[in-house]
Amino acid sequence: MGKSITIHINDKPYKVDPGQTIMQAADKLGFHIPRLCYHPKLSIEGACRVCIVEVEGMKNYVASCSYPVNDGMKIRTNTPELRRARRDIVELILDNHPLDCHICDRNGNCELQRLSYSMGIKARHFEGERKNYDEDLSSQAVVRNPNKCILCGRCVRICSEIQHVHNLSQAYRGFRTVVMPAYNMPFSESVCTTCGQCINVCPTAAFVEKSYTQELFERLNDPGLVKVVQFAPSVRAAIGEAFGLEPGHNMEGQLVAALRKLGFDYIFDTQFAADLTIMEEASEFLERIQNKGKLPMITSCSSAWMKCMEQFYPDLIDNVSTCKSPMSMNGAMIKSYFAEKIQVDPKKILSVAVMCCTAKKYEADRPELMFDGLRGVDIVVTTRETAWMIKSAGIDFLNIEPEKTDAPLGLSSGAGAIFGTTGGVMEAAIRTAYELYTGETLVDIELENIRGLQGIKEAAIQMDGQELRVAVAHGLGNACGLLDLVRMDPGRYQFVEIMGCPGGCIGGGGQPYAGANSIPLDEEVLQKRAKALYDLDRGKTIRRSHDNPDIQKLYREFLQRPLSATSHKYLHTHYQAKLPRGIIPDRAIY
Amino acid sequence: MRAKSILTLCDGPTCIYKNSRAIRDALETELKNQGLSDEVGIHISGCLGMCSKGPILIVNPGYTIYGGVTVQDIPEIVQEHLVRRRPVARLAVQEDHLYNRFFRIFGDVDFFGRQMRIALRNCGIIDPEKIDDYLSVRGYEALAKVLTAMSPREVIDEVKKSGLRGRGGAGFPTGLKWEFTARETGNEKYVICNADEGDPGAFMDRSAIEGDPHTVLEGIIIGGYAIGAAKGIVYIRAEYPLAIQRLEKAIAAARENGLLGKRILGSDFSFDMEIRLGAGAFVCGEETALIHSIEGRRGMPTPRPPYPSVKGLFGKPTLINNVETWANIPVIMLDGGEWFSTVGTETSKGTKVFALAGKVHNTGLIEVPMGTTLREIIYDIGGGIPNGKKFKAVQTGGPSGGCLPEEYLDTQIDYESLAAAGSIMGSGGMIVIDEDSCMVNLAKFFLEFTQDESCGKCTPCRGGTKRMLEILTRITEGNGKEGDIEKLERLGQMIKKASLCGLGQSAPNPVLSTLKNFRHEYEEHIFQKKCRAGICSALVTYEITEKCIGCGACRRVCPVNAISGKRQERHAINQETCIKCGQCFTTCKFDAIVKA
Repeated sequence: MGKSITIHINDKPYKVDPGQTIMQAADKLGFHIPRLCYHPKLSIEGACRVCIVEVEGMKNYVASCSYPVNDGMKIRTNTPELRRARRDIVELILDNHPLDCHICDRNGNCELQRLSYSMGIKARHFEGERKNYDEDLSSQAVVRNPNKCILCGRCVRICSEIQHVHNLSQAYRGFRTVVMPAYNMPFSESVCTTCGQCINVCPTAAFVEKSYTQELFERLNDPGLVKVVQFAPSVRAAIGEAFGLEPGHNMEGQLVAALRKLGFDYIFDTQFAADLTIMEEASEFLERIQNKGKLPMITSCSSAWMKCMEQFYPDLIDNVSTCKSPMSMNGAMIKSYFAEKIQVDPKKILSVAVMCCTAKKYEADRPELMFDGLRGVDIVVTTRETAWMIKSAGIDFLNIEPEKTDAPLGLSSGAGAIFGTTGGVMEAAIRTAYELYTGETLVDIELENIRGLQGIKEAAIQMDGQELRVAVAHGLGNACGLLDLVRMDPGRYQFVEIMGCPGGCIGGGGQPYAGANSIPLDEEVLQKRAKALYDLDRGKTIRRSHDNPDIQKLYREFLQRPLSATSHKYLHTHYQAKLPRGIIPDRAIY
Repeated sequence: MRAKSILTLCDGPTCIYKNSRAIRDALETELKNQGLSDEVGIHISGCLGMCSKGPILIVNPGYTIYGGVTVQDIPEIVQEHLVRRRPVARLAVQEDHLYNRFFRIFGDVDFFGRQMRIALRNCGIIDPEKIDDYLSVRGYEALAKVLTAMSPREVIDEVKKSGLRGRGGAGFPTGLKWEFTARETGNEKYVICNADEGDPGAFMDRSAIEGDPHTVLEGIIIGGYAIGAAKGIVYIRAEYPLAIQRLEKAIAAARENGLLGKRILGSDFSFDMEIRLGAGAFVCGEETALIHSIEGRRGMPTPRPPYPSVKGLFGKPTLINNVETWANIPVIMLDGGEWFSTVGTETSKGTKVFALAGKVHNTGLIEVPMGTTLREIIYDIGGGIPNGKKFKAVQTGGPSGGCLPEEYLDTQIDYESLAAAGSIMGSGGMIVIDEDSCMVNLAKFFLEFTQDESCGKCTPCRGGTKRMLEILTRITEGNGKEGDIEKLERLGQMIKKASLCGLGQSAPNPVLSTLKNFRHEYEEHIFQKKCRAGICSALVTYEITEKCIGCGACRRVCPVNAISGKRQERHAINQETCIKCGQCFTTCKFDAIVKA
């Protein structure tokens, strides 16, 4: 950073650092220039032209998101002519956007709606032809509605730049431009990993999750069913935001109470299953070490990562843990162990999962995860959908009396809680693996090296004189970077944690939308959500999965021991290479 | 045996289209039959620019130019001209401004009259597929001079001194662009030749490459030396197969002769080149979009800065110039920047190639010094408006340019003057418009093109041009409303100032310039529901006047039976049935049907 320079904004001089854009400088000075396609984590698109400003001496308007500040630059952000140009630009967007805010998923939480309001658009001048495309409902998780797309390109960029999936691109030209997967494949046949990050960054409802709320409301009223629900660790850390709370509040008690009020008979915790996953996964890891199995072992909890692996890293299938995700493990226990306990035919159980994730909708449908002809989870709803259901049912979420989860699948350790954030699975696994391996209890259980939002994190742990080298990546782009390292040098690590979404589950594709004053996937928000989970861990007396008494009981009564035949039947699976159309198999891999 | 006569046969696209290749075969056969094969040489040339008169065959010595030659004419030409030495007057192109100037250039004088050929100096006089031909006109001498006697810095200074500005449209000073790229550090840099010529009806770059590919190559190699690049790429549209083929041949020949590859001409400078084909998107002529297209990504512009000179192809410093710009470089190196700067005006140096089209006698390709007036081009070189029609406007700069009416005819061709008049230089399209054209319809035509070719990325261009086109369409269909003109202006100004790239920033020009200069035509369309040129069919009514003799030809040709009348009596048109197809109007031999 060089010496500071002087710029003038609206005729007033300011000292700013060079090497930044007009928008960055203006933001720091308290001028919020309106914007749409801009996202701080993504490359500069310069497409929407909403953030234009006037710069003295320049014939045209300048996009403040991309233009750097210069010494002596005279910028105007709010002249009448500029305001009109911006308003016309937003009008042009609205003119090719359905006028159906009142029946839209993003009603009340739409960036375009907010922008339109702040532009003061009171009349329409240029209406004409509108686009008319079919919705793509083929995916179990993500719905694409090109009619609502305003072509800001954020989804294209997050899918390629952050997730490295490259499923989306603009196609065709001019007014007919549309964002689609290669060859306009239905989503279900595309390389979409169903991570849902396109939904998180979409300013409108061009991408939304496939919603199951209506079906769920109906089945909650079916008296012939036992209604069971589980919820993921990071849901409790984020759902408060959907009710106007600042990020970082743990709303576990309120959520349990609300779910009960919605009509669920039993409220279980996916954190319990996270503890179960650790028992199996840590045991599997030690077995691989002892029997010289395939290493590094790679975690398998993240559904988006699983689809990514099948498509892009099928050579690593044998490295991936055979453990199902905590959600699917819990689902399996609900329809076996728990069904036996309450003596109900598992077919009469409605197993619902409240997830921070859209990919879990896809996962719940996977045939590889079925047992005895049953799905472990019947319906997956996201944090967003659940918040909507709670509101729609008239439940006063913020003022409700907190309640506790139910036995036998509701009690969890602190290790289970931190599953929701990047590095958490690794940390939880090490807490247990260390003890299983050395016979001693790990004292220093908070592994700072693998916490936080750095893309790829590494740590080395001494276990009985042996060095255990582990690595953690979150977001599929970082994951690809880490796995390419693994491909080149398989001996580099023994254990690798991959989470499909930025920040891990706390940044999942099903989490509440950014509000009026925040940015999707803002790091500060992710950090606050993570902190809520770490605080939850720290507040617990049981912080290691194997110390969870209900886990011990489950093994005693049903599973016998980790990796037993029963465990394998319900808790493990195998994946296979998948080649969606459009992927050319790389002979080096297949 | 030395040839006694040389026949030059134009192999430009128009002449090929008009069967010049069959003529070549016929000529060869006929010469053989007459036993003249040894004393008459056939020379194939690139486009001579005289497209409206093609196919062109020139017999030398004597500079007899035959136009509109057919295969059937060949025996007569051979027998009369080559055997009996009597030029066939019937086929010779008559005194003609274009021809006049053009052939003085290729004669023996160095003052060239109204046309002046620098970029196209060899087009038509050398065989573009023979590197020896190019070498014989001092080809690659500039490169040799640069590599042996000039430092990169000196090369750039020479370009700066010449005052050459980008011929692609924007007119950025070429020397500065080179300097910016040269001063970037790092040893991986690229040179790109932008041959993605996309204006409808434009064929300047295509002719330059087809007629003299080596000039362009030589320019690019010199550019590579100046900025320190080892790799050059020609980005050319796949619709130009002949240009591509000649370019490929030229690159291969240059490699064979040590003009490309390692240690060129024994110097320390190594440079090679490849061709990348574009799929024909207009926007890929925009430099950032072009770069993305070469990189294998969707051809969409990205905001500048960073400019390609800093962060271009694959993120490396990149120098992009247009074909015509490159073609000027060897001349500047040989004759000096100072000499070059004596041609042209104060701010615009050198010459400019135009594709002259529309309602003018001599359509074709011309190269004129900057500073030539529009009037000189249209009336002297172009030979004026045919059929005694009145001049209405001249459109420069292709779909991004503007329409200038009669009062601007004395405007000099240079970047600033054209911009001041409300149009642009562009890459060199020039369309002459007579009174038979409707300006609203014309603006609609250009906007149809740009809105279709918009990449769809930025809102003003994608949405704005679409809405402008809708408004124009309704005006030409007779549904224009009060306020439409103001909406066009409001959108046009916004699109110009807010769009991401040059395509959007210039897309409203045809509309805005016609609104400025021909506003009355818009108003007539909207308020009087009248199209004075009779082009907008919804606004035209056909009527039969008293000149009608009742022959019945119109009645028979009318597809909807809208015309009735007894034999030898004045007929009438039923306006409710009439679909305004204009068949009756063209059929009537007595001028009895009028448009109103």
